[in-house]
Amino acid sequence: MAYEGGGDSGKAERFRSAALPYLDDVYTLARYLLRNTADAEDAAQECYLRAFRHFETFRGGPVKPWLLAILRNVCRAEYARRGAVAGMLDSLTDAEQAVDGLWNEGGQSPETETLQRLDSEVMQRLITQLPDTFREAIVLREINDLSYREIADVTGAPVGTVMSRLARARALLRAAWLAEEKRP
Amino acid sequence: MTCDEAEVMLHALIDDELDAGHARDVEAHAAHCARCASQLAAYRELRHSLRGGHLRYVAPPSLRRSIDRAVPSPVMASRRTLLKGFAAGSLVSAAAAASVAFVIVREDRDQRILGEAISAHLRSLQADHLTDVLSSDQHTVKPWFNGRIDLAPPVIDLTGRGFTLVGGRLDFIDGKPVAAIVYRRRVHVINLFVAQGLGPALPAPRIETVQGFNIRRWSEQGLNLLAVSDLNSEELEEFGTKFEEATRAARAG
Repeated sequence: MAYEGGGDSGKAERFRSAALPYLDDVYTLARYLLRNTADAEDAAQECYLRAFRHFETFRGGPVKPWLLAILRNVCRAEYARRGAVAGMLDSLTDAEQAVDGLWNEGGQSPETETLQRLDSEVMQRLITQLPDTFREAIVLREINDLSYREIADVTGAPVGTVMSRLARARALLRAAWLAEEKRP
Repeated sequence: MTCDEAEVMLHALIDDELDAGHARDVEAHAAHCARCASQLAAYRELRHSLRGGHLRYVAPPSLRRSIDRAVPSPVMASRRTLLKGFAAGSLVSAAAAASVAFVIVREDRDQRILGEAISAHLRSLQADHLTDVLSSDQHTVKPWFNGRIDLAPPVIDLTGRGFTLVGGRLDFIDGKPVAAIVYRRRVHVINLFVAQGLGPALPAPRIETVQGFNIRRWSEQGLNLLAVSDLNSEELEEFGTKFEEATRAARAG
């Protein structure tokens, strides 16, 4: 078994080679979830410390979703610390209901319009402005490149829910993109 | 396929998450529905503009260094880095290669465990062999496992919370003895399988449907737990949540 034996220094080296290649993924998700640089750095650091502590109990499987699940827990603790639990990841149902109207409007917008390519910073800002649930889904899918199954594992939601959140996230993002183009 | 169905499924199509049959269905629908076809094109375009890595952030070097410092270094690495460099390199790549094989094997094994859990559930219903120890008293069921299996499964009476403890039995999954704790809700039986190393440790509970049964999997205290039932997924989730709450409360008290 790859993760057994080898003593403490062996464990540290295995951890480094397994987990450090995903630091940019972890940091990227932290930036999108927490929306600021300093908190994202703290969260990424805390994520790696926790991951190292629990590495012995990690029983295989892809490393990236395992790390991102830990990071997500760290970020939720940060949300709680900010005293902003309401409206954050925990109240998913409310958040999903709140954008229902918006989503439907998005569905009826003229689909023939061709979107101009936005520069990366504008696109990052539009993603950052999405509600938590949908921001998380779209970042895990498009930027961290996880499969539906992996997103379901990371977020603890069924695959069907992941799919509908992605659908809404894309509808919202497209609507935001169209609105951005119409700005003077 | 209706437009409503297609509207959600087309996302799975562009994400390459549909099997061939469903992919054909969505494409066939889009071929005859201008609205869904334009949605499909629009979301493909959106997706194209998000992919490619330009929206990623790069971790600052200072963060990388501070994480690297926080993880203990191998003994003597500082003095003998040059000498050990080659050996350490080959050790790491061997470990990496082994972990890749490990992951692939693990995925297959995961599916086998789910299949065997379903079979064990079905056997328990068909062969009139639901329980070896028939008791709604957790203090009777828990000690029964002593000496029969080398772990102490959490046996929690959830009768007051809508799930009646029926008893326990020894079963086998993946060639290993597992504790099966049996609960009932109305006419539905829940088999809760508990063992060590029965699949990966899960960061969060996971519910999935296999062969028409719902399975909720989670990990606690180094144990893997699999609840299998024909209950709907909401009620099985309720069972899992209450079970986890009760074990946490039992540990705290």
